[in-house]
Amino acid sequence: MTTRIYVPLDSSAEAMGAKKTAAAIVAEAEKRGEKIELVRNGSRGLYWLEPMVEVETPEGRVAYGPVTAKDVAGLFDAGLTKGGKHALSLGLTEEIPYLKKQERLTFARVGITDPYSVEDYIKHEGFEGLKRALTLEPASIVKEVTDSGLRGRGGAAFPTGIKWNTVLGAQADQKYIVCNADEGDSGTFSDRMLMEGDPMCLIEGMTIAGLAVGATKGYIYCREEYPHSIRNLNIAIENCVKAGYLGKNILGSGKDFDLIVREGAGAYICGEETSLLESVEGNRGLVRFKPPLPALQGLFGKPTVINNVMSLGSVPIILARGGEFYKNYGMGRSRGTLPFQLTGNLKHGGLLEKAFGLTLRELLYDFGGGSATGRPIRAVQVGGPLGAYVPESLFDVPLDYEEYAKVGAMVGHGGIVVFDDTVDLAKMARYAMEFCAIESCGKCTPCRIGSTRGVETIDKIIAGKEVGKNIALLNSLCDTMLNGSLCALGGMAPYPVVSALQHFPEDFGIDKTAAA
Amino acid sequence: MSSVATPTPALSKEQLKAVDDILARLKGEPGPLFPILHAIQDELGWVPDETVPVIAKALNRSRAEIHGVITFYHHFRRHPVGKHMVQVCRAEACQAMGCQDLEAHAKKTLGIDYHGTTADGQISLEAVYCLGNCALSPSIRVNDDIVGKVSKERFDEVIAELRSAQ
Repeated sequence: MTTRIYVPLDSSAEAMGAKKTAAAIVAEAEKRGEKIELVRNGSRGLYWLEPMVEVETPEGRVAYGPVTAKDVAGLFDAGLTKGGKHALSLGLTEEIPYLKKQERLTFARVGITDPYSVEDYIKHEGFEGLKRALTLEPASIVKEVTDSGLRGRGGAAFPTGIKWNTVLGAQADQKYIVCNADEGDSGTFSDRMLMEGDPMCLIEGMTIAGLAVGATKGYIYCREEYPHSIRNLNIAIENCVKAGYLGKNILGSGKDFDLIVREGAGAYICGEETSLLESVEGNRGLVRFKPPLPALQGLFGKPTVINNVMSLGSVPIILARGGEFYKNYGMGRSRGTLPFQLTGNLKHGGLLEKAFGLTLRELLYDFGGGSATGRPIRAVQVGGPLGAYVPESLFDVPLDYEEYAKVGAMVGHGGIVVFDDTVDLAKMARYAMEFCAIESCGKCTPCRIGSTRGVETIDKIIAGKEVGKNIALLNSLCDTMLNGSLCALGGMAPYPVVSALQHFPEDFGIDKTAAA
Repeated sequence: MSSVATPTPALSKEQLKAVDDILARLKGEPGPLFPILHAIQDELGWVPDETVPVIAKALNRSRAEIHGVITFYHHFRRHPVGKHMVQVCRAEACQAMGCQDLEAHAKKTLGIDYHGTTADGQISLEAVYCLGNCALSPSIRVNDDIVGKVSKERFDEVIAELRSAQ
């Protein structure tokens, strides 16, 4: 009997040696004459256990991890192909608490299916959303997305349905769907995990978007730092076209949708939607003024839906199960689920999809297992390099767009970067300004000049030069950047700086009263 | 120690031909400049200044525009680089796990700064801002692969493997 064994092809799993583990398993099975079928799946997102090997048994999949190439012979001795006990045994995958406690909607298939297989995708509810969309009027598809309460998962949280409706209403000979896969925020990798582990989910979401607004062409702008995502997307696109789910005359409906992957070139600013459009057109990634909105004049001047990978990746399940189903998850105006990415100094880093409303404390301790170094967690940056540094006193605020905004922070793309008590927040604040200076597109003055002046001013504060005066200057500079910048880069770079100053003034050599 | 100002070699006939082929193949695409620049860099290893007027002519755009695009993006290089590209992540999640020490170690053991190439032409070093491996930081990228939880010892092993693979 042939046993199916899974070893992830995910970049992070391979970063821990999954490729070598997979090769060792194949070689060992051959040596022993055991029949196996090796499947390279996506990662389950339990990254501290990678490379995590799974074996299909009558009871379900059994996991082992982390499995390096040198563990393989021992695992076969313990009866790997029958799910035998070994020091690296993790039991049934689905019963691992970190996974069991999640609510996986967008990531329902990631780690379970073969990312290249259309057949496997269909077996796991794939293309159900597309099939339903093909029976609906465009306005009804848009309504379903509006009803779901889905908001832009890239960070700005703009209601997806409203954006789509604007494009649907626009008159043009050509419209476009553009996927923003320029996931540049530190502490985030959910887009990458989906593109590598379940690329057809994104393809299906974009095709549905095309049907909804009347666009026949789509671009995925993927950052250059994700070569494996680009490879997997291209293979998946080819397979979907061959199977009739993409390209000309989709499933005999007479509707067309063509999809092209475009590779970025290492500019963080191209995660800003108008800069991204400039980049696809072959220009410097300079941010555009708005209006006109991309929904009316976007790519090549045509009406364009531009959404993040997670937004588009949430669309198939919304169409398959209905907007009401999706809306039942979450709290307040933050509906559905968000894939949180637990990173930095944590024992159990990984991806965790849950409905909005849980707290940082639950994420850090119940899931994350506390710091990797064993030292106390002192600060957590939520929402990427433009997100605030959150102190322990705010760990119980529910993760919800509005609740976070109330405390001067943002949920963003769901990235959680954890620092222990050795962190120097003055240095982190300086880095935030330095990063903004390096990545600024240069179009507007508050961002281009302000970030450089910010670095200089923080340097003076760190050196103890006229601290009170320079703190006042820094606060004023942050105010100018926040209110005067053209886009979120300059407009939000002050968040980490101001939050560091507010919550951790001692790192700047001042007491709480001086910071205010 | 080598630096950015390495003299750039003139292009061979074969290389110029390769650029012409790329232009012929891609110039009809919508927004063709990015695919063209990527194809040239993948083929030659860099985007030589000599190609700028050729690209400009093929796309009916100004040389200034083409130059502007090449210099805007960190990924496009105007100079040849080593056989292997090693990038060290400097972003927050890697900083939380001590990437500053790793950066210093990388520069010291390779004897080069960022944007530099080792004297044997084997390894170029660059900084990068996030590789999407943030749960297993600190991270480096070696050509198209990521390496996670990189200690100084692990970094040395990776470099030794690259050097012995030549």
